Amino acid sequence: MADIKDLQQDIKKEQYKSLLIENIKYRTFLTKKYQDKKPYTPKDIKKITAFIPGTITNIYIAPKKKVKAGDKLLVLEAMKMRNDIISPIDGTIKGVFVKEGEKVTKEKILIEFN
Amino acid sequence: MGLKQKTADLKKRMREAIKGGGSEAIEKQKAIGKKTARERILSILDTKSFHEYDLFVEHAGRDFDMDKKYLPGDGVVTGTGNISGYPVCIYAQDFTVAGGSLGWAHAGKIIKIMDHAMKLKIPIIGINDSGGARIQEGVNALAGYGEIFYRNTQASGVIPQISVILGPCAGGAVYSPALTDFVFVVENVSKMFITGPEVIKTVLGEDISMEELGGARVHAEITGSAHFFAESEEECFDQIKQLISFIPWNNDKKADPFPKKPPKARQFNIDEIIPADPRQPYDVRDVIKSICDDSEFLEIQELFAANLIIGFARISGQTVGFVANQPLVLAGVLDVDSSDKAARFIRYCDAFNIPLVTLVDLPGYLPGIDQEHAGVIRHGAKVLYAYSEATVPKITVIMRKAYGGGYIAMCSHHLRADFVCAWPTAEIAVMGPEGAANIIFRNEIKNSENPEEMRKQKIKEYKVKFANPYVAAAYGYVDAVIEPKETRNFIVHALEVSSLKLEVTPRKKHGIPPF
Repeated sequence: MADIKDLQQDIKKEQYKSLLIENIKYRTFLTKKYQDKKPYTPKDIKKITAFIPGTITNIYIAPKKKVKAGDKLLVLEAMKMRNDIISPIDGTIKGVFVKEGEKVTKEKILIEFN
Repeated sequence: MGLKQKTADLKKRMREAIKGGGSEAIEKQKAIGKKTARERILSILDTKSFHEYDLFVEHAGRDFDMDKKYLPGDGVVTGTGNISGYPVCIYAQDFTVAGGSLGWAHAGKIIKIMDHAMKLKIPIIGINDSGGARIQEGVNALAGYGEIFYRNTQASGVIPQISVILGPCAGGAVYSPALTDFVFVVENVSKMFITGPEVIKTVLGEDISMEELGGARVHAEITGSAHFFAESEEECFDQIKQLISFIPWNNDKKADPFPKKPPKARQFNIDEIIPADPRQPYDVRDVIKSICDDSEFLEIQELFAANLIIGFARISGQTVGFVANQPLVLAGVLDVDSSDKAARFIRYCDAFNIPLVTLVDLPGYLPGIDQEHAGVIRHGAKVLYAYSEATVPKITVIMRKAYGGGYIAMCSHHLRADFVCAWPTAEIAVMGPEGAANIIFRNEIKNSENPEEMRKQKIKEYKVKFANPYVAAAYGYVDAVIEPKETRNFIVHALEVSSLKLEVTPRKKHGIPPF
C-alpha cells in the first residue's frame, strides 16, 4: 500500500505538520481528506446556482431584463423532472452563463443579478 | 439403467454444471487476475471441507427467449465448509455465467444458504462478482435483492456476515455488503457504486474511471464502505481467515479462546512509546501491541479515518476490541468519519460479546465549518450512544489528553465504563490548559502590565493544578492511576473479574440511534 509506506517514511523523517486546537499546537500528520477540503464560501443571493446536476431546457430571461421575485428564470431538467428555477429577489439580470440544451454540474453559476 | 450408469449420468451432469460459463469465459476471468467462483471458495475454506448445494438449480427466466437458455447453477455457487475448523456458510457469484447477474433462482440460492446460516447459527460469507440485476427477469430480480437485504438485516447482530467484493457490485446490489459486518476489497478487482461511470457521463457529462469512482482504495480510504483492503485475492483470503479466528460463531457465544501469550516486550516497550508532552505524536498501535498477546493486532479500516484506530487483539487468549485515538494523525481528534468508525465497531463488539478496551488520548473534536455542516453533532453522538448502550465489559485507559466532550465520549465512567485507569501522564480536564487559562483568567491577563507573561504564568498554574489524573481520581471518575507498564495486568484482571458481567437495560423494541 503506497500511502502507508509514504506515511512510514514520513514517520521516520518526522515530517509532522501542526494542527491548532483550542490554542494548542499539536504535531501530527494530516489526512488527504483534511488537506483536500474546500474552503467555505458564504452563499451569494445574487448568484443562482444549479442545485442538482442536469440540463437547461428553457431560458426565459436575458441580460438587462428586470425580474420580480417569483418570476420563472429557466428550467433545469434533472432526473427526468423539469425544475422551474424561480427568482428569489426583485432585480436586474447581469449575466446568463448557460445556453438552452447545456448540461450543468451541481453548484454551477447559472445567472447573476446586478 | 443400473447404478453404474446412473452414477455416470450424475457425474456427467455435475461436469456440465461445474463448467460454469465455459472455458472461454473462465479464461477471460483469469486474464484480468480474477479467480473463478469455486476457486475462491476453495481458497478460503479448509482443504476438502467444501460441500456444495443446489448445483442443479435452473434459472427462472421465461421472457425474451430466456427459457431456451441453460445457465449452470444460475451463476452462483453455494455451500458450507470450514475455516481453520470453524463452520461457515458461503456463496460466490460466478461472473462467467451471464455476468453473475442476479435472477430469481440465483437469489433463491443465496436466500437459502442465508436461512441455513441463521438456523445453524454460523457465519455467512458472500463473494460478490456480478453485473447486477438480470434485466430479462424484471421485477423478480428486484424481489431477489429485496429478500437478501431483509435477511441481511434480520441476521445483523445474530451471525457474523462477511462480504467479499471480487468484481463489480453495482446498483442496488451494493446494499447487501453495506448491510453486513465486514466488507473486504481488493485493489483493481473490486468496484462498488450506485450509479456507474456511464450513467454519470450521460447525465452529468463528468468523466471518471470505475477505479476512481468506486475502486477498492476509494472505499477503503474515502467512503469507509470497506473494512479490509488487500492487493491480491490471496491476501484478501488470508485476512478473512485471520478475522474469523477473532470472532464468535454467533451472538450467543464468545470467541474461542487461544493459548495465552505475552506481548513482544522488546519490540514494543510501553515505557518508551509515549512522549510526556501532550503535543507530541506517537503511533498508538505500538501501545496496543505492547499490551496484547504476542503483539498481534488485526486492524480494521486501516486507511479510513486514520485518526482513530479500531481492531481485534487478544489479551490472556481472549478476544477484545480496541478503540484508540491516534495522535499520529490529526492529533487523534474525533470527527465525523472517526465517530462513525468507532460507533459501528463498538456496536459490533457489543452484539458479539467482545469486551472493549478504549485507549484515550485526544484533544477533543475537530473544529471547522466543514465538520459542523457535515453533521459532527449527529455523527459524534453515535459514539456516546454506542458506548452507553454497550453492555460488554468496558475497560478504559486514559493515557494522556482527555479534554472536554472527548473525555466523556471515549468510554468514561459516566457512559458506564466498568474499569477506568489513568496513567500519571493523563490530563483530564474540561479543556486544554491554554484554552482554559485564557477564559478563566481573561480579566487578570487583560489588566496585567505584561499580559503575555501573565498568560504564560496562568497556563502554568492551570497545568499544575488541573492537567493531571488526580482531580478526576479524587471524584472517583478514575478508578486507579497506574504506571503504563501495569496496563496489561490491569486489563487482564478486569477481564477476569467481569467474565460474568450482566447488565439489565430498559425493555424496549430498539433505540433510535443518531444514524
